[in-house]
Amino acid sequence: MSAYKPLGGKFFTIPFIFFLVIFLISLYFIAERFIMGMGSVSNLNGGYAWGIWVVYDVVIGTAFACGGYAVAFSVYVFNKGKYHPLVRPAILTSLLGYALGGFGAFFDMGRWWQFYNIFLPGNWNFNSVLLEVGLCVALYIMVLMIEFSPVVLEKIGSKNLLKKLNKAMFFFIALGLVLPTMHQSSLGTLLIAMGHKVHPLWQTLHFQPLLAVISALTMGFSIVVFEASFSVVGFNRASETPLLKGLGKVIVGLLVAFLVTRFGLLILQGNISYLFKGDMASLLYVTETILFIVPIVILVSPERRANGGKLMMAAIAMLLAGALYRFNAFLVTLDPGPGYTYFPSVPEIMVTLGVISLEILVFMILVKTLPVLHREKHS
Amino acid sequence: MKRRDFIKASAVGAAAACGPEVALARPNLEPAENAVGMLFDSTLCVGCKACVSMCKEVNDMPPVIEGNNNTWDSARDLSPQTLNVIKVYKNGTAESKDKEIDGFCFEKRSCMHCVDPGCVSVCPVTAMRKDPVTGIVTYHADVCIGCRNCMVGCPYNVPQFEYEEAFGQIYKCQMCNQPGVERINNGQMTGCAEACPTGATLFGSRKELLKEAKRRLAMKEGEIYNFPRGDISKPDNYHEKAIPAYQQHIWGEKEAGGTNVMHISAIPFDKLGMPPLKERSSVSIAEGVQHGIYSYLALPAIALAGLSFVVRRNADHDDEGDDS
Repeated sequence: MSAYKPLGGKFFTIPFIFFLVIFLISLYFIAERFIMGMGSVSNLNGGYAWGIWVVYDVVIGTAFACGGYAVAFSVYVFNKGKYHPLVRPAILTSLLGYALGGFGAFFDMGRWWQFYNIFLPGNWNFNSVLLEVGLCVALYIMVLMIEFSPVVLEKIGSKNLLKKLNKAMFFFIALGLVLPTMHQSSLGTLLIAMGHKVHPLWQTLHFQPLLAVISALTMGFSIVVFEASFSVVGFNRASETPLLKGLGKVIVGLLVAFLVTRFGLLILQGNISYLFKGDMASLLYVTETILFIVPIVILVSPERRANGGKLMMAAIAMLLAGALYRFNAFLVTLDPGPGYTYFPSVPEIMVTLGVISLEILVFMILVKTLPVLHREKHS
Repeated sequence: MKRRDFIKASAVGAAAACGPEVALARPNLEPAENAVGMLFDSTLCVGCKACVSMCKEVNDMPPVIEGNNNTWDSARDLSPQTLNVIKVYKNGTAESKDKEIDGFCFEKRSCMHCVDPGCVSVCPVTAMRKDPVTGIVTYHADVCIGCRNCMVGCPYNVPQFEYEEAFGQIYKCQMCNQPGVERINNGQMTGCAEACPTGATLFGSRKELLKEAKRRLAMKEGEIYNFPRGDISKPDNYHEKAIPAYQQHIWGEKEAGGTNVMHISAIPFDKLGMPPLKERSSVSIAEGVQHGIYSYLALPAIALAGLSFVVRRNADHDDEGDDS
C-alpha cells in the first residue's frame, strides 16, 4: 500500500488560482441565489423547471463521476481484484463528483431549508423515482467516503482501524457497485414520467433505465480507456494494456447493446420517421450515434487498442456520447409546450463552472496532501 | 473463471436493469367515486375573465398589471400569482367565434385535477396529494423541498414555483378547498364556476359533468339547448342557446387516465395548446418500471449478495498477493 504517495508541492500554482477565481465568482451568484431567490440568477420558468443546475450538475455530473463505479467493476469483478493504480484517484473523483452533485441539488432546491424532509421516512412517496435517486445518491456518497477512508487512515497512521475496515471493505465495494446501478438507471426512469415533453427520439419509456445505466457506464469506463491511453504512451508499450484486452470487449458489448436497443426501439415504437426530419433533434441523435460508434471502431481492433492517440479519442468520444445523450434527453430537445423557452443565464453557467472548478481545486489539494496517486512506475 | 464471474455479475446487473421489461406496469388510476370537477365549454366562454378575478379574490392574490392598464387583470399564463387564466385562440382575420380558420375562441387554463396525477406520483416527499374522496389534487408547502419535479411531471405545466422569492413555494389551483377556504367542504362551488356568467365553467361531480358533456356532444348543431349555470346539481339559472359545432372530443374523459376538470370545444384541442397525450398515463408506466425494479428491494439485494461474494473472493486473492 505504500506505493501510494502524496504528490506534495505548493498549492498556489497558476491553474489553481485560475480555478479559484472562477469558484469565487460562482460564490457571488450562489449567495445572490440564496438572498434574492432563484429568479434573480437563473432563466428557469414554469415550463423549464429543471435547467443546467439539475441537468449538468446532477444528471451529467454524477455520470461523469461514474469512474469509481466503472473502475471498481473492472478491477474487483473483472480483473479478479488485482491491484490497480487507478482505484484511488477514481474513487476520489467519484466522491467529489457526487458530493458536488449533492451540493448542486441543494442550491437548486427551491425550498432548501426543508431539504431534510426527504430523509424523514414519514414523507416518503415510494412511487417517486426522484426519492430513489435522492436517497440512493446520499447513501452512495457515504459509501464512497468509506471506500476513500483508507487513504486518510494511512495518512494519520491508524493501522488497527485500517485493518478492520479492510476486512469489511468487500461489502462496501459491492454496495459501491449496486447503488450507482440503481440511481443511474433511475435517472433514466425520471424521463418516463416527463412523457410527451421528452422528444420521441429520446422517449424510450420502459427502456429508459437500461439506456441510462449504459450511458453512465460508458462515461465511467472512459476513465479506464483514458488511463490505458496514458500508459500506452507513457511506458512506450507496443501492445495493449492487459486490463483493456478483456475489458475492451465488454465496453464494445455495452456500446453495441446501447445502439442496437436504441435503434431497435425507434422502429418498434414507431418513431423512426423523426430521424429523417432533418431538424436539430435528428441531427443531435446522429451526432450521439457517431460518438458511440467511434469507441466501438477503436476498441474492437487489437492494433488500435495499442495506439495511445486512438485510445484517447475513444475515451473522449465516450465521455461526450454519454453526456450529450443525457443533455439532449433532459434539456436540449425537451419541449414542455407552447410559450416556454430556456437558455441558461450567464450566472447559471458561472455557477456550474464554479462547481466544476471547486471539484478540481479539492482534487488538486487532496492529491498533494494524501496518498492518492500511485507514484511508482510499473515494473 | 474470471470471465464466468463477470458474466454472472453482469447477468445480475442486467436482470436488475431489465426487470421492468418483464414486470407488468400498473394500469391507470380510476376516478374517485364521488370526484368533484368542472366542465369548461369553450363555446360558451365570452372571455370576460370574471373567473380570473374571482380566483384572485378567493386566493387573496394580486392582479397582474401590464403597463398602465389598471382596468383588468392582464395575466397571460399561469404563474405564482395566477392559478386560473383565460387564453385566446386567434386565426387569420379572427372574424367569427368558434371557427378554426379565420376564427377565435377562449380557453381556460387551470389545474386539470388529473385522475392519475403526474405531480402526485413524482413528488419525493408527498407534498402533492390527491384527496381520495373529492379527487382534488392538493399542495402541502410544509413538507415541499422545492425540487420542482411536479412541474416537470405535470403534462399541463400547472404547478408554478415562485422563483422571484428567496423563500418561494409552489402554487396551483386546489379547487377552492385548501385550508382556510374550504368552499367544496362547505357545500359551495369553486369561485370560477360561481363567477362565470355564461356557465362556460360549470361545477359538479365528475360523473354528472361527463354526462352533461356527452349530452351536448350528442345533440345536433343548431338545436336549442338549455345551458345550466353554476353548480350542475343545483343550477342558479339556465339560458337557451343553439348547440354549436362541437368537436366530438371530451378532453379529460380519457387523456392520460382522465381529468376531473374537463373541456369541450368547437376547435381541436391541439390548436388550443393541449398536450399530445395518450390514454395511458406516463406515471403509470414510470411507477410500473420503478416497482418492477424495487419491489421489496429484492433485485438490489440479490445483486448485492452476488457482488459481495465475487468481490470478497477477488479481494482475498489481492490480500494473499500482498502478504507473500
